[in-house]
Amino acid sequence: MQNTIKKLFKRTETYIFLILLALSVLIQVRSGQFYTPNNIVDIMSAMIVPGLFAVGAFLVILSGGIDVSFPALASLTAYATTKMFLDMGYEGNVLLPILAAILIGGILGMINGFFVGYLELPAMIVTLGTSSVFKGFMQGTLESRQLAVIPAGMKSFGTSSLFTATNTQSGLSSRLPAAFLVLVLIVLIAFLILKYTMFGRGIYAIGGNEAAAYNAGFRVKRTKFLLYVFAGVVASIAGMIRVCMMQQCHPTNMLGMEMNIIAGVVLGGTVIGGGRGTLTGCILGTLLIVLVENSMILIGVPVVWKDVFVGLLIVIGTAISAYQVTRSGRSKGNRKQTEEVA
Amino acid sequence: MTDYLLRAVEVRKYFAGVKALDGVTLEIRPGEVHCLAGENGCGKSTLIKIISGVYQRDSGTIEFDGKELTKITPISAIMNGIQVIYQDFSVFPNLTVMENLAINSQLVEKRKIVNWKNMRKIAEQAVARIDFKVDLDAQLGELSVAEKQMVAICRALMFNAKLIIMDEPTTALTKKEVKALFKVILQLKEQGISILFVSHKLDEVFEISERFTVFRSGKLIATGDTSELDNQKFTYYMTGREFEVKPFVPAKLTPEPLLEVEKLSLDGFYSDISFSVKGGEILGVTGLLDSGRTELALSLFGMRPVTGGKIKIRGKEVELKDPQTAIANKIGFVPEDRLSEGLFLDQSIGDNIAISVIDELTSRGLMDKARYQGEIDKWVKELSIATPDPGNAASTLSGGNQQRIVLAKWLACKPDVLILNGPTVGVDIGSKYDIHQILQKLAGNGMAVIIISDDLPEILENCSRVMVLKDGRMAGEFGTSEASEKMILDKMM
Repeated sequence: MQNTIKKLFKRTETYIFLILLALSVLIQVRSGQFYTPNNIVDIMSAMIVPGLFAVGAFLVILSGGIDVSFPALASLTAYATTKMFLDMGYEGNVLLPILAAILIGGILGMINGFFVGYLELPAMIVTLGTSSVFKGFMQGTLESRQLAVIPAGMKSFGTSSLFTATNTQSGLSSRLPAAFLVLVLIVLIAFLILKYTMFGRGIYAIGGNEAAAYNAGFRVKRTKFLLYVFAGVVASIAGMIRVCMMQQCHPTNMLGMEMNIIAGVVLGGTVIGGGRGTLTGCILGTLLIVLVENSMILIGVPVVWKDVFVGLLIVIGTAISAYQVTRSGRSKGNRKQTEEVA
Repeated sequence: MTDYLLRAVEVRKYFAGVKALDGVTLEIRPGEVHCLAGENGCGKSTLIKIISGVYQRDSGTIEFDGKELTKITPISAIMNGIQVIYQDFSVFPNLTVMENLAINSQLVEKRKIVNWKNMRKIAEQAVARIDFKVDLDAQLGELSVAEKQMVAICRALMFNAKLIIMDEPTTALTKKEVKALFKVILQLKEQGISILFVSHKLDEVFEISERFTVFRSGKLIATGDTSELDNQKFTYYMTGREFEVKPFVPAKLTPEPLLEVEKLSLDGFYSDISFSVKGGEILGVTGLLDSGRTELALSLFGMRPVTGGKIKIRGKEVELKDPQTAIANKIGFVPEDRLSEGLFLDQSIGDNIAISVIDELTSRGLMDKARYQGEIDKWVKELSIATPDPGNAASTLSGGNQQRIVLAKWLACKPDVLILNGPTVGVDIGSKYDIHQILQKLAGNGMAVIIISDDLPEILENCSRVMVLKDGRMAGEFGTSEASEKMILDKMM
């Protein structure tokens, strides 16, 4: 039992969880509004899109790579799909548009995967480049502009809710979009992939020691390629859900999300160099960022200060985990010395 | 004729037109420990990578276990029973010991889905084979180097390995760990597994192997029974040169010591250390890893300022509180880990040499290009650094040549006292000999040299006196002419 607790306190997830708890209690004390049914549902709903993005970013970082192109990829996919189905006068349900988006997102992911996996170019440079290309293609070639109307199927998917939670005191009510199930599904799939497939263990292995992974017989190039394709697919689903939930398509308002998403992933204990990290940490880290972004207003912090708080959180959070790493490294060195003496 | 387990015949390999292997042959018998030796860049690593499927050969034949292997991939090599334990062990620091052990077999079986129960069973069997005790759920990164190596060996044993190739397996091990490794190797041999042991350490080759093969510059130089080999022959095969080992005899000493220390202490590391070195002398300092030898060296260069005692340079007391003061007092220091502390690997060889005297090579704040180049050319020639162009990055050189750059850098500042910590660690025999000659010449020219090393033959051959440290205290001091390895070891332990 004691051992379990000790182990727990070695993990970043535990600390993030405690910080989340402390922050929520603080908000509750200051505003009395945190532990209300509608606030909880609001936060869950706000988690959907960042959570999806985070899963993709997490897998890529875990493999030792990085992807900064996912917001642009998602924007391009979502815009192209919405526009295409609008022009078609599509009246069916949301499945076909989602499938189309998955297809487009997969193809765009292949571009990243081809350059990073097969041509072995640095992921940072490649995705910075493709990010620019995706954005440019959307704004230039597709002449994107805000679409105030979206196909009916998408619209009804965005408004369909699993349940509605009402705050008895204020009378405010919030609904949980059905899209939340998609987040749950993708997290589940990612979990199964990581834990139970050789592809998933390959992601860990490549992130830990790429040369060793190759020597052991992992198909490193193909694994990376497929990984970026998967990240592209997940990002494009996120993009579509965003459009459905907003009931309109605003081509540029997802751009710039990459930094906070990656920060959330790293905050959750994923090592930026790859190899170490858990899905739980990824989700908790993202939740922390979402919470700070959404709830500062509840403790009376003006919205203009939001970025400062998010920034501070990132610096402090990553500094703590970096400190932990150096500390464990040092104690290891000490242990070695005492062994020599013995 | 004996049947061979592995016959690699007339193997050739070119890299961008450069010959890495020029028709080499390597034959290994079943159940033998075979040593493959050669200096850095002789092609031994290239051949290993060809045998294990990392590189493809350009010509030549490879027969293994009676059948010819045409195209080798990493997986097919493993399936055939060829296993390589690389210097970095090719392990995953972020995964558990269990997964490190079992993942290869999962890949070989072309599994797509992970079966954790099965993996644990495989891992348990693997460690049982050489009776290795380890926590299977520990993260591999938390193990010691020797333990990581054992994990790599256990992993190698799993696929009915018939040949295990170990690439310089003893580099990062302590003497005790090397002993343990040799015990495991003999155990494997008893199980009928052949071992190809890559090393350039003479004593290890003699101790463990029955037969040997030596490569030089991509060519096969010699192969045969280790029993017919001696030190001199082996060195000659490796380098193509004959070395005459002559113990260092100080020529003329300065009347006064250049460096004197009295009752020097650094809390927690060493205490009460007194010695003096005259110009023209080479003092050896030796001791176990935790004896305080490294900290003493760092203190004398101002990197770990002392907490007690006096340091005198040319009779004048000085306080060495940082490397800048040490340099100002004409002390030079060649650190233990040249890669991380002594060199700018990505910078050019020339820049690495000139860095320590860069102030002197500038006039009115601008660099004097001609003098800069002159300085570089002088040292490249003086220390015969083997490079086609001093403009190349330092990382392009072999260990021995890199060490020469570090030396050149310090010699350019014309120090009175030169301290070297492990000057020939990871350096091949030829360069080692050359570095020793350089050090002896420097002492001959009146410099005071301190060599800190646990390589006892190195100390005995090159130093006039040796000081032995144990647990941070002086355990003995000998003139090297009357000292033996055994005397020193007795004081060390």
